[in-house]
Amino acid sequence: MAADDITVSRLRAGDEDAFRDLVARYHVHLLRFARTFVANPATAEEVVQETWVAVLKGLDRFEGRSSLKSWIYSILANRARTRAVRDGRMMLFSEMASVSDEDGPAVDPSRFNAAGYWDQPPRPWDDFSPERLAASAQIRARLDAALEELPEAQRAVVVLRDVEACSSEEACNILGISETNQRVLLHRGRSRLRRALEPLMGSGGTER
Amino acid sequence: MSSTMLSCREVTELVTDFVEGRLSWWDRLRFQLHLGMCRHCREYLRQMKTTQRLLGSLPPQPPPPEIEAELLRRFQDWKRT
Repeated sequence: MAADDITVSRLRAGDEDAFRDLVARYHVHLLRFARTFVANPATAEEVVQETWVAVLKGLDRFEGRSSLKSWIYSILANRARTRAVRDGRMMLFSEMASVSDEDGPAVDPSRFNAAGYWDQPPRPWDDFSPERLAASAQIRARLDAALEELPEAQRAVVVLRDVEACSSEEACNILGISETNQRVLLHRGRSRLRRALEPLMGSGGTER
Repeated sequence: MSSTMLSCREVTELVTDFVEGRLSWWDRLRFQLHLGMCRHCREYLRQMKTTQRLLGSLPPQPPPPEIEAELLRRFQDWKRT
């Protein structure tokens, strides 16, 4: 939390660089998250910009009881919901979560035999470090695209948990969903993303 | 999932509960037993963890310059109040 304290006091002091860093760190992920609630990209951009203003105006009330990150996302989630209601496009998060019930299994069932054992097992992925992988433009682009293609509720959970490294408690609070629901969405989202990466990650290409 | 032995397919569905520490002690034991015997599922678990780590290491992407300029203008407005 110490880094948050430093950032907050720099912002309160009106340090523009601190704000620019914060924007660079979060803006694109916030936008992706906002589109869970508001479909229109221009509206999402507006909501995120309003969120930044609300963050600045609320700085004096920030007490460090949650992390700065989780506080910013909570403000965004509230604003995005309000906006969705105003636009008559309010879908409860739990409804979105149940829509993705049809998402199916983590792995294509045809890759298992009748007893449920691997018929076409996953080919080993090259043993790159995450840093090296993230530096690969191709893999990054694939991951970005796959995140965009995730069902909304899954995307929101994956952004919070894996991109932003929020705890499951933080993610549940921000989204207002149960821990079990959160875990199901996380599982579906991560499984899909693994499938999306599969063709790029092995030395010998994919099985199928 | 009443039998002692988990199938690979079951493992791929329980993997997140395992990573999140949400399996009952009995299921956790069965999961680990399966992993001990199945290199394909060990690989699968590794891939799920790699996917997760990769998401966490996506580099920050600054917004387009016109958006950044607009936000900095709003920052200056806020500073003046």
